[in-house]
Amino acid sequence: MNPQHTASEALSGAQLVVRLLERQGVHTVAGLPGGAILPIYDALALSRSIRHVLARHEQGAGFIAQGMARVSGVPAVCLASSGPGATNLLTAIADAKLDSIPLVAITGQVPKAMIGTDAFQEVDTYGLTIPITKHNFLISDAAELLEVIPRAFRIAASGRPGPVLVDIPKDVQSQVIEIASWPEPGRALAAPPPAAEVIARAAQLIDAAERPILYLGGGVVHSAAADLALILAEKAGLPTVMSLMALGTLPTDHPLSLGMLGMHGARCTNLALESCDLLLAVGARFDDRATGKAAAFCPGARIIHIDIDPSELGKIKMAHLGIGGDVKTTLELLLPLIKTQARLAWLAQVTDLMAAYPLCTPGIDDPRSHYGLIRAVADCLDDEAIIATDVGQHQMWVAQTYPLRRPRQWLTSGGLGTMGFGLPAAIGAALAEPQRTVVCFSGDGSILMNMQELLTAAEVNANIKIIVMDNASLGLVFQQQTLFYDERIYASRFEAVPDFVKLARACGIHAVDIDQEAQPRAALAAALSMHGPALIHAAIDVRQQVLPMVPPGAANREMIGD
Amino acid sequence: MNSIAKTTQTAGSRAVLEIDVNNHTGVMSHVAGLFSRRACNIEAILCMPLDGGATSRIWLLLNAEERLEQMIKQVAKLEDVYEVRRHGADHGVFKDLEAYFR
Repeated sequence: MNPQHTASEALSGAQLVVRLLERQGVHTVAGLPGGAILPIYDALALSRSIRHVLARHEQGAGFIAQGMARVSGVPAVCLASSGPGATNLLTAIADAKLDSIPLVAITGQVPKAMIGTDAFQEVDTYGLTIPITKHNFLISDAAELLEVIPRAFRIAASGRPGPVLVDIPKDVQSQVIEIASWPEPGRALAAPPPAAEVIARAAQLIDAAERPILYLGGGVVHSAAADLALILAEKAGLPTVMSLMALGTLPTDHPLSLGMLGMHGARCTNLALESCDLLLAVGARFDDRATGKAAAFCPGARIIHIDIDPSELGKIKMAHLGIGGDVKTTLELLLPLIKTQARLAWLAQVTDLMAAYPLCTPGIDDPRSHYGLIRAVADCLDDEAIIATDVGQHQMWVAQTYPLRRPRQWLTSGGLGTMGFGLPAAIGAALAEPQRTVVCFSGDGSILMNMQELLTAAEVNANIKIIVMDNASLGLVFQQQTLFYDERIYASRFEAVPDFVKLARACGIHAVDIDQEAQPRAALAAALSMHGPALIHAAIDVRQQVLPMVPPGAANREMIGD
Repeated sequence: MNSIAKTTQTAGSRAVLEIDVNNHTGVMSHVAGLFSRRACNIEAILCMPLDGGATSRIWLLLNAEERLEQMIKQVAKLEDVYEVRRHGADHGVFKDLEAYFR
């Protein structure tokens, strides 16, 4: 790094932070101020290039930043004050850790001399965030910021991306230091390429396999390798399954696509995995929702596992060949070495499975049904739209059936499964890519968890369309109680439910109740095509389930339902 | 350090880890937390600064359970960790300290 020399100037720690963010190219940050971060807000007010989006809850700010990061691939920034401000950020940070989303969280802390005294709004933010960040910092001198802020961006973006937290005591924000030179902005470091021998060995295994399957994970998105994965699948004749995080990397309607694997994958998808003799896992981490009982996953297969994080290799399934490396680099090296194969017998076998055990989508042509509503929304949009979800039944129905066709089109909380993710993440996506329509599929349980961000959406006029699929229940809990707890339904039905249309309107958001519309498709099209935030409410039958379903802890072959 | 670990682990074979790290506040929390949140008890711990104090070396005595290799990979990933070396339980570093624990 070559420091750039400029005339020496005196700046406070707060001004330094803002200047370093500007130099980093950050143009939008999300946050919520409080006492311990006021010096930074005071400096931010004078920034000409950074726009601050005021969330209504720090968790909302964290997920707005996540939305920006998920659609752009670039680290996004959220800000919060000390104490409850920081603790409210934790869920969004943990969510970013589990889905490998690059995030830089900056929190205010009580002055250094008061740390450890149980001061007002003091909490051990550093200690709390150790297990949920890729790395974290507690700043003790303003001069450290010159190194730490660029480094935070570098760590967040390098290798397997993730969240980084920088905790800055208030007195450090006010401390004035002389700055003679500025560091380079922090950028992702390239990972070293894998050894030629392992690439050659992988090519041999792929060429020699009779029934191979390609298993794509979120790493394909992070590595910008979706086009290479498609070429690989086509060249080597590989039926392809995707984790929840990878949806969109191979277009759902591609002939080689078997869609999402695992707990709510189609029967044919999990059955194909049962009979494969080689599993090529690319940027995927064998999450339990994908593999079911890990010991019984792909029982007859050799496994090649490509991942940039060496600690993922052998973590869940021992790979016959583990390749530590960037997915894009690895696929670039691998592609020229593999044979072009039609694999007619295997593909015919998979096609037969798809015909015999397809995903069953009852009511998909009826916009007043759960699958039909999702299809009707898709019919109004093209591939430019961004699709966000919350967490629950609606999320799985969308994952199963929405025609996702490009990477970074799909924003969902995969690893942590955070209800409340959808609305603020959609706002962040709309801020980062204002030219796109952002749809947020949500449920009545999820939307209530960050409902306050409707006001943020109205304030920034975010081009988001919230589809509330309302069954007045925690639907997936209701489903599990129905299936696995002898229908003892407890604490999963809401007795008091809001009027979501009135609630949205009270926040200044256009709202429509599809149930009241004589022409639901036309009403949907109208709401989706207007600019700015809109909420579309649709009642869903609580008895509708997400099927098939692998019971938690069971092998994927033990699916319930068609 | 962790009640779950204490009750579930049997006194099997042990491993000694030698970890070179940056010497600043919080590094020990990062390293120790990595084991404790995986319900793995640190049986013994020793840390001294190296060469003037910019870095230090942490020695850990752990049960050599199946997951240890994966945990070592996780430790190696920590930003403040330079190197992790694994030794057998017969390493002298803790043996020589036994006199202080009588």
